[in-house]
Amino acid sequence: MGLEFIEGNEAIARGALKAKCDFFAGYPISPSSSIAYHMLNKLPRVGGVAIQGEDEIASIGMCIGAAVTGAKAMTATSGPGMSLYSENIGLAVSGETPLVIVNVQRQGPSIGSSTKGAEGDILFTRWCTSGGQPMIVLSPATVLEAYELTYRAFNLAEKYRTPVFLLTNKEIGLTRESVDLEQVELPQLMDRTRVTIGDSCFSYRLKALHEVPEFTDIGGDQITRFTTSSHDEEGYFTSNHEVIQKMIDHYAAKIESAEEDIALVKQDIEADAEILMISYGITSRSVAVAVKKMREQGYKVSSLTLQSLYPVPITMISKALVGIKKIVVPEMNMGQYIQEIQRLIPAEVEVVGVNKMDTTLLSPDEIIERGILS
Amino acid sequence: MSTTIDTYLINEINPLPFCPGCGHDPLLKALNKALVKLQPDPTKTVIVTDIGCIGLSDRYFTTHGFHGLHGRSITYACGMKLARPELTVIVLMGDGGCGIGGTHLLNVARRNIDITLLIANNFNYGMTGGQHSVSTPFSGITPTTPMGNLEGAMDLCRTAIAAGAGWVYRGTTFDKDLPDRIAEAINQPGFSMLDIWEMCTAYYMLSNKLKKKDLVGIMGRNNFKYGLVANNPRPEYGAQYRATYVDMATPEHKPHAIETKFDNNVTRQTGIVIAGSAGQKVRSAAGLLAQSSMCAGLSVTQKVDYPNTVMTGHSVSEIIVSPERINYTAIDTVDYFVLISEDGLKNTKSRIKKLPSTCRLYVEKSLELPHTEAKIIRLPLMATAKKINRLSICIVALAALVKDSGIVNLDAFAEAITAFQKPAAAEISLRALEEGSALIQTGQEVNCSRRTVHNKISNQP
Repeated sequence: MGLEFIEGNEAIARGALKAKCDFFAGYPISPSSSIAYHMLNKLPRVGGVAIQGEDEIASIGMCIGAAVTGAKAMTATSGPGMSLYSENIGLAVSGETPLVIVNVQRQGPSIGSSTKGAEGDILFTRWCTSGGQPMIVLSPATVLEAYELTYRAFNLAEKYRTPVFLLTNKEIGLTRESVDLEQVELPQLMDRTRVTIGDSCFSYRLKALHEVPEFTDIGGDQITRFTTSSHDEEGYFTSNHEVIQKMIDHYAAKIESAEEDIALVKQDIEADAEILMISYGITSRSVAVAVKKMREQGYKVSSLTLQSLYPVPITMISKALVGIKKIVVPEMNMGQYIQEIQRLIPAEVEVVGVNKMDTTLLSPDEIIERGILS
Repeated sequence: MSTTIDTYLINEINPLPFCPGCGHDPLLKALNKALVKLQPDPTKTVIVTDIGCIGLSDRYFTTHGFHGLHGRSITYACGMKLARPELTVIVLMGDGGCGIGGTHLLNVARRNIDITLLIANNFNYGMTGGQHSVSTPFSGITPTTPMGNLEGAMDLCRTAIAAGAGWVYRGTTFDKDLPDRIAEAINQPGFSMLDIWEMCTAYYMLSNKLKKKDLVGIMGRNNFKYGLVANNPRPEYGAQYRATYVDMATPEHKPHAIETKFDNNVTRQTGIVIAGSAGQKVRSAAGLLAQSSMCAGLSVTQKVDYPNTVMTGHSVSEIIVSPERINYTAIDTVDYFVLISEDGLKNTKSRIKKLPSTCRLYVEKSLELPHTEAKIIRLPLMATAKKINRLSICIVALAALVKDSGIVNLDAFAEAITAFQKPAAAEISLRALEEGSALIQTGQEVNCSRRTVHNKISNQP
């Protein structure tokens, strides 16, 4: 296509189409609605289906129904809609359903400010359903990354048979940027591994605890069973506590063992730096400006930009801690991801949050004054 | 199918798990008979259930099975049917599910998606202790209506019909023709629903001394129809979707790629704020300025702000143009400020007060400004726009900005207008471009000399 001027929401739709998404259902909500517009317009033209559900519960329900028949499904919403997705997210986790869920964050709580940006749903997304199972959460910082990470989210959903969250923000979703999507280097497209053996009803057969079970399509040649109830490897309800624990361990193991495979971290490391910036999403762009300014003034500062928030990229963060005396974590919330950092780092390292939730972006100067120089 | 299937029930796990006398047992057997009559390919058939005793049912069939959240089975079924139209999709739901998932019942009926809904209606939540549901008859005794139910029972059939359901049947598990009726429902090309009344021998039947013969009596007392309640076929949603959106899709609008063919005068990141009213096409006009800057080889971002109302209130666009990649998308030090309406002024007043002396502020001349250090350029923007089209005011203002600042060439702006607007709109915009840029030559307070941006740019990061 070449050079374009598009918003993050369109980039998400384009990334989904690039990843061969063929089912979309969503309910209108600012600031995510334009993702639906693009999908409703484009999907039928490529043989897919897009529909506006009667509410968020129906929308994610239809996506799950399509996904279990083999479709690559996506839904998109904002904070209040995430609340309504909650129960079905648990269903998708326990049913090991590939699904991409976009949350274009807006100022909360609740209705909050419907057309203003925020990053208030970080821990909410991590813990958005009952049971406490691990989640995969990606967070783009730019329109180009919205495109790239949506594509990658589909790959992760297929590879790990699980819902994958794309956590973005009004400030990316509705902001237009000059981009050339063709310049983005994308990995090879993945598809879920399907059962090849002749047995039926083995939609959850575990070769090893951390391994992703092979998928059987509802409507495929092998009769299959999908359930959200505690189930065994054949998809039958079970009350056997050993089997239940095994499946719970499996949900955790398949994500946690893949931490390094899932990790997407951009490193800007400066030798001998004692200050480390850790940021994600739109705020990481202010951090980039702040880091440049500080370096111009002779400060030694390193910076990590997390494109994957969960599972927490512990390995890459730990590597960057050498020699670091102070970590600054700026966020458009009142201090959420900083809690993940605090539990990782040695007690002698100071961790400073720079937080704001007044719907405006954290500026480079605020990050310098309240974070780096504080 | 070369051989006849004589049952769709998995024999080895019979008997079915329900209480003695429970209506779910004959209901599933009737469904089995219907399937045996129709002989669908089990690999192309799915039974979808949700919560409640009837939700245990899918696992007893040789078809695909899906067990989901309370009252949401219709949503999964719709997703399956839309994604794979070749599937036969049968939903088994209780009266409880009809309450919590009532909106899905209404909407599948309204859309007319080809799934078959069997409601196992036993007037209470059998699995969770017999609490009352939307179908509990008036005066019915349950743990949650210990002195009798004061809520009226919902006529599920009439409700579905009101929402548009084409094929609706009411019967009981004691009806001899139930398997034939279920088969008929499955054969319907659109949404079909059976409200099947039955006994909950664990709770409702005991608490209310309900007997088999009472079922039809309750129907009569409530004026609920028995038998085929509606048979009004209409086009099925999925078939219409494929015919209308896929086969007859309107030609796709293909956006143009932007080609870099103009020079620019921008040597550093430059911030432009445009403040007006919703409905004044601020976003699209600012977008054209952005696109013209891209035609001139610049990186651009457009950050927007507007209230949740549509045609009232403010609309503010912040455009950053830069020869380099742009990170921070907000503008702390404004280089150019364009103000075209009272709404825009109201929203940005505190910001205008803080504008630096390096900022050039282009303002509709009728607006009363607060004190500001910015260099004010008052222009008859509204009057000029009215000569063309009042919605062209933002282009008029931006044309003046472009002419005065020299950020990009006016030809680049014209190029963006021609490339990205429809011909009728482009014609108006090109006139606005001409008239707006002419204001700079005639404006009283304006230094008409063409400026290069790097002369007066601030230390915007």
